[in-house]
Parts: sequence; C-alpha cells; structure tokens
Amino acid sequence: MSAPTAHLFQSQPNAARRSERATFWLFRSATYLVLACGLAVFGTIFFKGAGTVFKAEAPFINTTFFTDAPESLYLFEFEGKKYEMGDREFRAFKEKHPAAATVKSESYVYSAGGIFPCIVGTVLLVVGSMTIALVLGVCAAIYLNEYARDGLFIRFVRLAILNLAGVPSIVFGLFGFGMFVIYFGWNVSLLAGWFTLAFMVLPVVITASEESLKAVPKGFREGSLALGATKWQTIRLNVVPYALPGILTSSILGIARVAGETAPIMFTAAYVVRDKLPWDVAKAGDFFLQGVMALPYHIYVVSSKIPQNEYTERVQYGTAFVFLLVVAFIAASSIILRNKLRSRYKW
Amino acid sequence: MVNAAPILMDTPSSAPAKSSAYKPTVRLSPASVPSAPVPGAAAAPMGETLVDISHLDFFYNTSQALHDINLKIEAKNVTAFIGPSGCGKSTLLRCLNRMNDLIDGTRVARGTIKIHGVDIYQPDVDVIELRKRVGMVFQKSNPFPKSIYENITFGLRLQGMNDPAKLDEIVEKSLRGAALWDEVKDRLGASGMGLSGGQQQRLCIARAIAVEPEVILMDEPCSALDPVATAKVEELIQELRSRFTIIIVTHNMQQAARCSDKTAFFYLGKLIEFADTRDIFTKPANAQTEAYVSGRFG
Repeated sequence: MSAPTAHLFQSQPNAARRSERATFWLFRSATYLVLACGLAVFGTIFFKGAGTVFKAEAPFINTTFFTDAPESLYLFEFEGKKYEMGDREFRAFKEKHPAAATVKSESYVYSAGGIFPCIVGTVLLVVGSMTIALVLGVCAAIYLNEYARDGLFIRFVRLAILNLAGVPSIVFGLFGFGMFVIYFGWNVSLLAGWFTLAFMVLPVVITASEESLKAVPKGFREGSLALGATKWQTIRLNVVPYALPGILTSSILGIARVAGETAPIMFTAAYVVRDKLPWDVAKAGDFFLQGVMALPYHIYVVSSKIPQNEYTERVQYGTAFVFLLVVAFIAASSIILRNKLRSRYKW
Repeated sequence: MVNAAPILMDTPSSAPAKSSAYKPTVRLSPASVPSAPVPGAAAAPMGETLVDISHLDFFYNTSQALHDINLKIEAKNVTAFIGPSGCGKSTLLRCLNRMNDLIDGTRVARGTIKIHGVDIYQPDVDVIELRKRVGMVFQKSNPFPKSIYENITFGLRLQGMNDPAKLDEIVEKSLRGAALWDEVKDRLGASGMGLSGGQQQRLCIARAIAVEPEVILMDEPCSALDPVATAKVEELIQELRSRFTIIIVTHNMQQAARCSDKTAFFYLGKLIEFADTRDIFTKPANAQTEAYVSGRFG
C-alpha cells in the first residue's frame, strides 16, 4: 500500500506538535478536574440534602423543614415500636400516652424540626449588610473616581482599600465584636452583624463600583457637562444609572460572600439558637438590636457540636442544601434586577 | 497634487468671499432665515466680534499646547479651525467652553478669552452659565442611552423646564432644526443609541441647539461619519449659521472650504493664518498654509 502522496503542506509529526498536544491535554484535564471538584461538592450536598428537603409524596417539598424552628430529636422504644420524633411531638406523645413519660430516650439537639429562623436571619443579614455596603461603597467609589484628584492621599486610600480586602474574615469578626458589640454597646445584634459584614465586602463593592464607573464612556459626561449640567447632575443623571448594572454584578459576588461567612457573625450577630423570630419584638427599635440565627453559623453548629450519625445527617446536609438554595435565590434576584437595568440603559 | 481652487469651484455650497458672504442663505427655506441680509451690507461682517482670544498660552502640565493665540471670531459666522493632528485646534476649541477644566494639569498661563467682552477664565465665571451659552458637539457622537425625547429635553430639564407642552414644542423645533424630525418623529421614545451614526450626530446637534446657545462648538463632527451623513451635517451647518455662531474643528480641508466663512490654520500650537476661507484656500499669505491646504504636508 502506497502512502498518500506527500503534498506541500503535508503534516509531519514533530516535537512542536507533540508538545502542543500534551500541553493542551494538561490544560484540558486541569479544567475537567475543577469541574469534577465542583460536581463532587454540589453533588454530595444535593444527594444527601435532597432527602431532607424533598419528599416522595406531594407536595414533594418538605415544607416543615423550611417553616419550623430547630428542635431536639428523640429516639425511643415504646411498646415494642421504635419512634423518632421532635421535641414538641414527643411531649404531645407523652401526654397522650402517660406510660411513655418514663421511657428511656436518646436525644440529638437541633436534629428535628426545621431551619426557618436561620433562613430569616441570613436573608436579613444579607439584605442589611449589602444595603450598607452599597451605599457606603458607591459613595466612596463616586468620590474616588469622579471627584478626587490623584495624589498621595488618594493613593493611600486605595492602598487601604486593597489591604482591607486581604484581611481575614475572623479579624473582621473580632473587630466587629470590639467595636460594635462592646464599644458601641449594640451587643450581639443584627446591627453589629450588618456593619461587620458590610465592612468586610466594602473593598469588593468599592473596587467594582469604581470599575463600573470607569467603564461609562467619557462622552456621556462631556455631553452632559457641555449642556450646562453641574458635575453632580452629570454623575447623578448620566453616570451612575449606567454604572448600576455593573455595580450590581459585582455585588452579587459580595452577596455570596456575606451570606456565606461565618466568622464575622459568630461574635457579632449569630445565636446558636433563638426561639423568637426577629419580628417578635416589643418595640421597633429592638428589631435592630437582637441577635439572629443564621445558616452558615447553624451549619457550623450542627456539623461540629453534635454527633455525626444517621440521625443528625439529615439536618447537616439539609441545612447546607438550603443554604445553597438561598444564596442562589438572592443572587438570581440581583441578576434579574441587573438585567432589567441593563436593558433600560443600553449603550 | 490637487490645487485647492478647483475644490472651491466644484462645491456650490463652498463659502464665498466676503463680498458675497451670505449668498448661501439664499438656498435656505425662508422660514429658517429670520432676517435676510441687506445686499451690500455683507461687505461689513454681519457679526461684531463675539469671541475675542488674545495672547493665549495654554499648557498641559509642562508642555505648551497653544502659543500666543490671537483670534477674533465673529458672531453668526462659521469659523473653521484646520491644521494637522496635534496642532492645538481642538484644545483651543475646548478652551472656549472650558471643557479643558475637566483634564487635570491644564491651565491658561497667559492671555484672555473674552465672550461678549467677558473674560471667561476670570475666577467669578460660572462655567455652567458659560456652557449653557456655548454648546458643544463632539467628535464621537455621544447621545445618552435614553430616549430621543429625553436626549433633547435633558438640557432643558436641567434648567428647570418641566412644562410638557413647552418641552414637546422645543423637541420638535430642535429636531426640525437638526433636520432629523422627519426621520424620528414616530419613535421619539426609542433610544438615541439606536440611531445610525449620522443620525446620532444630528441628534447631538439637536440636543445642543435645544438649549439655545449662542455659540456651537463642533469638534470634528463628521470624522466618524460616511460621506452621505457628512453631507447632511454640513447642510445642517449651513442652515444653522443664521442663528448661531459656529466654530468647527475639522481635519477635512474640503469641509472647511465648503462650510466656513473664515478659516484659521494652526500648526504646532500656533495660529499661522486666519482669514476669509476663500483667501486661505486660494491665496494664502503664509507659505506653511499654502503647503498645508495644497496637500504638501499634514
């Protein structure tokens, strides 16, 4: 069999080709490895958590897990049958069956009921701290990008912002504890948590807002100024609205961080367990000065403070799964908001 | 090598010499000519000096961009600034509404720019008021990403005008003034960014004339436009000349020849020659001007 006749551009195996192929395979497998890691994390949480969150019969969602507060799980044998029930249920059972009052039971804290207070707490923490961070961050970014003249002081400010981004979150937690909880006397409260978390994401918000402001074409500013607008009118009417989608995009990353960090809130805002829901307050001012339960802290508690076994796994993975859902939900709503704004101001 | 003179001859809208300076207005519809010039009066320039630049030195940090500029620009006239890139013509233009203030490190080191006899660089001048009277159209058309209607009303709303009927009226008038009305009247709510390049530039002109400035500065308004759109903008300049004082920076010498009454030639930050457009293009007094307009450099 004759080899196909070699033509002018006949490909020849050579070292350059081989090394090219090898290199690309290396890059490709690195990418696949990342994908595999991601799938492993999400897959584990999904499969182990789905059992808690969903159920086989209609409505297919285990609503009590979303709407109840955490309870202790009791395991006991009564009249030859094994029972598993939450605290409230167990007490009702004992009232119904006086003979059960003395039954020997095994109990696991937080392993029954749901995680409603944690969801509420996390949503409150995210919304409050992102509001504070966006207001402070956008104002600072406007000042830095639109007003401030580059100089030694501004360079120092930028350096400070960069450094702030590198501070470990536990340090923010301790700072918040010292500053807000003790010095300002806010105690462990929503307010203290909001400010601590806000300070933590502030560098992200400022940097991203500045980038978004920079991306607004100079022509919009000049066109506006040339029509006799003041600088502030120009910024308010012809710069910030166009930068908002970009600012929101970056704050979506901030949301995930704020929702997920445990360290900053463990000293400042989070309770291990709290019976009252945030809106059960005597007067409106107390709303801000109460601690809350929060999903990341609850995950920390249920995964490190209670035994690991088949009875506690339900709440451990279920909480993690719901946590991912909540973050996805908040991020999705900001993406929708951003897209709305983006289509309004297209350039 | 193309001689400049035939360019003038070929283009009917080219600016004629002083003696017939206002002939082009004959081409306009009567409505857009508020007062027809008295024949023969044209020998004396229509406008008295509106912008008076004297001994102007201008710096970007330590590099001097303008050297001792002396220039008197007449009202209700089209003045063109020509010259090779970097010669300072845009810089001078942006001095006239103080847009250079936006750039750090710029300063007027010496000299004055007077508009209506008022030095616009004296400390108690409100740049906002100045810019209301001295409008600007930029090289890159920059309609705001808002509706066409909002683009036009932006400047008016800044001045506190909120009466819808009045705004509607001015929007129509400005768009008609910018020869854009017929093209956009059915979609005033559509985004200004959705228009074609030439339409965008005319929208920017409409936006500028909506606030009724006295002077309109145009910084290479056609450099990003195709020949058809350029022709429309040039036609528009001819129509606006009776109502506004127009100063146009252009790279395109034919454009200067076609549109302007007076032309200033700049080179390396210096004003080389300033004269009637016809004189600049047919019998320039300066050898450098002659070399530039005949295409030997630049």
